[in-house]
Amino acid sequence: MLDRELRTMIDEVKDGRMDRRRFVQRMLAVGLTAPMATQLLAIGGVAMAEGPSAYKPTKRGGGGALKLLWWQGPTLLNPHFATGTKDQDGSRLFYEPLACWDPDGNMKLVLAAEIPSLQNGGLAADGMSVTWKLKPGVKWHDGKPFTADDVVFNWEYARDPATATVTIGVHRDITVEKIDDLTVRILFKKPTPFWADAFVGAPGSIIPKHLFADYKGAKSREAPNNLSPVGTGPYKFVEFKPGDLIRGELNPDYHMPNRPYFDTLEMKGGGDAVSAARAVIQTGEYDFGWNIQVEDDVLLRLEKGGKGKTVYAVGGDTEFIALNFTDPNTEVDGERSSMKTKHPLFSDPAVRKALAMLVDREAVKKVIYGRAGRVSSNFLNGPEKFVSKNTTWEFSIEKASKLLDDAGWKVGADGIREKDGKKLKLLYQTAINGPRQKTQAIVKQACQKAGIDVELKSVVASVFFSSDVANPDTYAKFYADIEMFQIPMSQPDPSQLMRRFHSRYVATKENKWQGVNFPRWVNKDYDEAVDAAEAETDLIKRAALYIKANDIMIQDVAFIPVMHRLKVEAASNTLRPVVSGWANETDNLFDWYREATG
Amino acid sequence: MSQYVLRRLLIAVPSLLGISLILFIVLALAPGDPFSELATNPNVPPEVAAALRAKFGLDDPIHIRYLRWLAAMVQGDWGFSFVSRMNVDTLILQRLPATLYVIGSSQILALLIAIPVGVYAATRPYSVFDQIANTFAFIGFSLPTFFTGLLFILVFSVTLDWLPFVYSGDIKATGFRWFVEQIRQAIMPVMVLGLFQAASMTRFVRSAMLDVIRLDYVTTARAKGLGQAKVIVKHAMRNAMIPVVTLIALQMPAVFGGAIVTEQIFRIPGIGSLLISSILSNDTPVVMAVAFVFACLVVLFNLIADVLYGWLDPRISFR
Repeated sequence: MLDRELRTMIDEVKDGRMDRRRFVQRMLAVGLTAPMATQLLAIGGVAMAEGPSAYKPTKRGGGGALKLLWWQGPTLLNPHFATGTKDQDGSRLFYEPLACWDPDGNMKLVLAAEIPSLQNGGLAADGMSVTWKLKPGVKWHDGKPFTADDVVFNWEYARDPATATVTIGVHRDITVEKIDDLTVRILFKKPTPFWADAFVGAPGSIIPKHLFADYKGAKSREAPNNLSPVGTGPYKFVEFKPGDLIRGELNPDYHMPNRPYFDTLEMKGGGDAVSAARAVIQTGEYDFGWNIQVEDDVLLRLEKGGKGKTVYAVGGDTEFIALNFTDPNTEVDGERSSMKTKHPLFSDPAVRKALAMLVDREAVKKVIYGRAGRVSSNFLNGPEKFVSKNTTWEFSIEKASKLLDDAGWKVGADGIREKDGKKLKLLYQTAINGPRQKTQAIVKQACQKAGIDVELKSVVASVFFSSDVANPDTYAKFYADIEMFQIPMSQPDPSQLMRRFHSRYVATKENKWQGVNFPRWVNKDYDEAVDAAEAETDLIKRAALYIKANDIMIQDVAFIPVMHRLKVEAASNTLRPVVSGWANETDNLFDWYREATG
Repeated sequence: MSQYVLRRLLIAVPSLLGISLILFIVLALAPGDPFSELATNPNVPPEVAAALRAKFGLDDPIHIRYLRWLAAMVQGDWGFSFVSRMNVDTLILQRLPATLYVIGSSQILALLIAIPVGVYAATRPYSVFDQIANTFAFIGFSLPTFFTGLLFILVFSVTLDWLPFVYSGDIKATGFRWFVEQIRQAIMPVMVLGLFQAASMTRFVRSAMLDVIRLDYVTTARAKGLGQAKVIVKHAMRNAMIPVVTLIALQMPAVFGGAIVTEQIFRIPGIGSLLISSILSNDTPVVMAVAFVFACLVVLFNLIADVLYGWLDPRISFR
């Protein structure tokens, strides 16, 4: 339905027969979000508009202190070394990228002067390059001017393996060149429809060349400014104690008008999520609490008559159950879950389909996630444009039982189904985390009723997500039948997430389990859809391909989506935070302010 | 005596080596990865985490890693944190003041309560005062600090709104206000830890005192016509303090080591919270340094306790 109608409308906007707002409204009506609608316009030849800003203050400063509570405090302040999002959050207080993402997934300009588009020549028609114009007159906190050299330097710094950055993945396959002092061009090796990866969002924050040039490569750890950032951001660095405290103060030379609002900034670390919620919502000691993964019951109780409330941001994070397509219990050449084996139970599609019917997503939402979750039948849950409308789900123990009966899985004397001497016994693993253990219990109960015996296993998160080759309990080795976790979507584009499950990326002993396709799921149609999407510069066709890829996943039951998870934050009643589900919490900090009335 | 101290210090070297070896092996065998957070970030290809592991020497055999660590430690290099990418000694020194202040105050509070209460209770065994002191002591050490901590927060912060429950490393006020704020925020953690310590210490002081107070020389002192206060303080207490000194000396390393649970509850940026967050993120160099320094302190304060015995009771000689 999308194709022709959309194209007509895009042309109408282009010729001025329809205004942008109406276009976006029409898109909303057919289920596309504003951000995707604007990206459609961009590729369709209409310039991408910047997201709107609700920022009200009319002068810089005067807002007093902003007190942020991160229950896992940032441990370092160099965006290129940020191991976790907390470190990106901390670095982003002082450093800035060229652009960031607003709550709707719209691009918002920070250090760039305009959003690259086909009209302004920023985007190459073949998708092979993007040209960014930089904002003139931007100064680093020490007074030195910000120029294209800084951007090019960040690319050189990050792509050098000796520097040991975590951002190397973004930078190693691109080339960044300086056109003039305020223009840089990023060249891609292959057509890249999603061009806003490097230098965008908190992980794309830019560090100053004049302070880091001497510390590129092996000497990177000696740079004194690793711990005392000199950035371009709205707040200047004052003090940093790893894991405990970051302090900043207003930058009087900030490049955005009337910003920032707050005079000082404090980010306190440590503790746990529940007491952080308490300190923000109940006692009001802090203005903002990060990542409040707390049971909804507790939050509702705290909110009664409290001084704060919870804030939700919708992104594309999906909690899922992955099915192992290889046999975890048979060892081939010293490797379990080897590609040379087939899973003895899941090779029967009926078992996979029955399992999907035994996950009571409504109950998981009701009992565990509450307002922080949405029930979904898709693996890919955002941006809206890429979300399939073709899938459905249901929870039915009867139907699952019937399906298994029909497929020949008969209930044995011990109440467990079996066929050809194979018993329906599953090992279900996940990382240790309250909601996950509760979800395991809900799934186990339903499976038991349907005659499937489920053994639960939970692994400490730092082991489960470890890249330690010697450890058998990592998610990548997948020595279990099913496992549950989520892969965060860090940008409003599905390419990175969907690429993982291409059959060429299966995790094996040979690649030291560094392959990202951990279920070892191989599906030719999926491979084709993803390959085609990667090379497709027509956004509409590209979206259709990703929707198709998602549908294949769901039909083949490679994954069982459990919950579309929202970001949960706590904020005082007077604070007006801007939090995007597509970016770090501090990505839009320049737009935060306080309003007297609750 | 100096010979005794020297000998004890020499004996400490092999025991510290042994401790460090065991610590290192246990930490090396413990599962986990400081770069585990990278694994779920689709922006970061898995080979990046693997390259980081190789760069920080995590894939080398244990004995090589241990020797490397030992060589650096001997030269005064405490290591380099994987997670913060900074030197471990700076990290620890940053956390030391808060721990010294909070845990130190709580130890002093404990002593201030335990010694007078314990001594007074021992002079009047099974009196009403003794019974009440005992009851409170039992309640005190049977309630874990995480429970009393949360209880205090609920009562004093949430319900009454008197005290803050998030400890701030540096308070913006100056002068007198700074002082007041500094005390205000420490009240709850100091009370929680101090009362817990005081409870067990009171029992200890009381029983040590009871042992001494019945001895003949105390009766003699009374017979000489000395006043009750003088008998208790000068004659009985000095001898009763010997076991108490051991207890206090062994508590001293904890003043530097921090209190993991309490620091976590009140968000005190101390050594204890550094240790727990480093353990959780598998930041081995930091865990190793903190644990090893702690071991050194235990050895040191044991020695100090032994030296103090001689001063308290000249009959104990150093051999």
